[in-house]
Amino acid sequence: MQLHGWGRFPGVTAELLEPPTRESIQKLFGTKKKHGPMIPRGAGRSYGDSSLADTVLSSRFLDSFLEFNATTGIIKCGAGVSMGALLTVIIPEGFFAPVLPGTKFVSIGGAIAADIHGKNHHTDGSFCDHVRSFSLLLSSGEIIQCSRDENRDAFLATCGGMGLTGIIINATISLHKVSSVFIKRNSIVAKDLDDCMDLIDQNEDSKHSFAWLDCLARGKSLGRSILHLADHCADGLQQPKSRVSLSVPFGTPGFFLNRFSNKLFNNAIYEMWKHRKNPSIVNYNSYFFPLDNIRNWNRLYGSKGFLQYQFVMPSSSAREGIREILKIVSESSTGSFISVLKKFGNANQNLLSFPTAGYTLALDFKNKPSVFPLLSKLDEVLLAHGGRLYLAKDSRMSEDVFKAAYPNWERFVEIKKTLDPSNTFVSHQSMRLGLTQ
Amino acid sequence: MKILIIGATSAIAKASARLYAARKAQLFLIARNEELLIELKEDLMIRGAHSVAYYVLDLSNQKNHGEALEQVRQSLEKIDIALLCHGSLPDQETCENDYNRAKKEININGLSIISLCTELSKVFKAQQSGVLAVITSVAGDRGRQPNFIYGAAKSMVSTYLQGLRGKLLAHKVHVIDIKPGLVDSPMTSKFDKGLLWSTPELVANKIVRGIDRKNHTVYVPGYWRIIMATVCLIPEFIFKRLKI
Repeated sequence: MQLHGWGRFPGVTAELLEPPTRESIQKLFGTKKKHGPMIPRGAGRSYGDSSLADTVLSSRFLDSFLEFNATTGIIKCGAGVSMGALLTVIIPEGFFAPVLPGTKFVSIGGAIAADIHGKNHHTDGSFCDHVRSFSLLLSSGEIIQCSRDENRDAFLATCGGMGLTGIIINATISLHKVSSVFIKRNSIVAKDLDDCMDLIDQNEDSKHSFAWLDCLARGKSLGRSILHLADHCADGLQQPKSRVSLSVPFGTPGFFLNRFSNKLFNNAIYEMWKHRKNPSIVNYNSYFFPLDNIRNWNRLYGSKGFLQYQFVMPSSSAREGIREILKIVSESSTGSFISVLKKFGNANQNLLSFPTAGYTLALDFKNKPSVFPLLSKLDEVLLAHGGRLYLAKDSRMSEDVFKAAYPNWERFVEIKKTLDPSNTFVSHQSMRLGLTQ
Repeated sequence: MKILIIGATSAIAKASARLYAARKAQLFLIARNEELLIELKEDLMIRGAHSVAYYVLDLSNQKNHGEALEQVRQSLEKIDIALLCHGSLPDQETCENDYNRAKKEININGLSIISLCTELSKVFKAQQSGVLAVITSVAGDRGRQPNFIYGAAKSMVSTYLQGLRGKLLAHKVHVIDIKPGLVDSPMTSKFDKGLLWSTPELVANKIVRGIDRKNHTVYVPGYWRIIMATVCLIPEFIFKRLKI
């Protein structure tokens, strides 16, 4: 069948396996192995080709909760459990996910494989920093337990390892106790990039922060943005409200998002936020998952899909580097519809995890031929400033760019060889990046 | 709320059980695989169920149905809702050429359900309340070439439920026939999925809503009512030539 990532580019023909139980997954491996190269897939929310291969093994039916201790806030669940299902279960007990990405539709297995980050990276680190242990099914058919103490190498390679070491079956996670699931939000207008980064630096105490950036602004207002700062309320309210969501049922024509609608949209957002009162109290859904309200929003980019370009640059070079990148993007005719800037805290020890101390900027581009040379140009600027790209959003980075930016890749390949000697777990991305043959 | 779910480890049953667990229901599960039942029990408790009990049973053997329901009665004391979800999707070609296979499939998708409904009717009549919800299929609306053995069994159940609904009306028992269309579950893993396919979670949402509203026949999603009405309107001299 036809499969693609969340960016709807690239699309490939693949065999999709959806085993209903852990036993039926295990039967696919070891001596009875019948399938060639394959890659595990969670909710299919990575943007590019990291969950694409000739055979794709879905963990969607591993969606059971296994253990929950409501005193200690430690939960064990199947890899296919979604972030949204997790929140539904833990919020009434006064807990919250330690790290939340921009959508609640990701799976726990996927969250580990991409070592996802949230708006609180500068205070709480990335998702895997809160993972205590997980079971990993190897290509030999054996299931091993991995934690920082047990099978440490496998743990460090699997966290952020994009599914290349084995299949995560279940995971044990430490949750955060929160006073409320309602969020007190302050939104500050920044007139340009320097202003924005100064404000980010001054407001590091805020737990959940990110800046929405108008990447079409040029000249003096280059990098004008709205910085959102948020903390949990103290009112003890744990009642999540469900909302009516809209849906994009079909792929829309590609011309729907163009230079003009983009300009209009970005201006409207900027003007809208300028006049909002501060602080405002909002439901966690609207703060963390604004786009989840429009189901299948990825279809808005037309049938050819879109590419995400998310990079991180070290603090020392970020101001100069991000300015240069924004300049190149705003001067090209291919502007990014939604651009998000945020500050990362320190990196962890996982071999292929994306976050490192510095600033990260996420841009999106409608897929068209002119985008590829533009992004290659951005790669050069990125490498010159010591930055790297996020594997979960990548669909076109070259092997050279990857290897220059991820110095631990050789160590990763060594560990992968011991865990997966038959080289069973292979994605289109891992082939492109030279991580597997 | 006390709920009995038969065929509890199927994808639709599991998703429905989770919705009732979130409403803090007391659940009783019946299915064949004990390991899966144990896992589901823990899952439902974490999702908020008041209590979960289970009974391991191969539903294709009608002899054990009475004994199983006795267990349910002892455990729950009363049944507010009984949801029957078990079934199989047979290979049409095999069944067409092998009567024993066809009989086996009609037994599990048709007769075993009628047997359980018979036993459950006694329980419901005695308590003078309850909801009997049975999952059949849109395949029962008209005998179509690709799956008429499955369709015949489901159609038998639907016809049976229509009559039973009237019989049980006097006893304040409500009967619901749930007809899902194409559902993307382990049972249909071999099919290529298109626009008309829905997820077990969505189907479960509609089932629970249908039970809340005491509907009679629920098509899930609702557009299947229109699709099947259209299919039923096609004149036979054309229909017999269609391989849909």
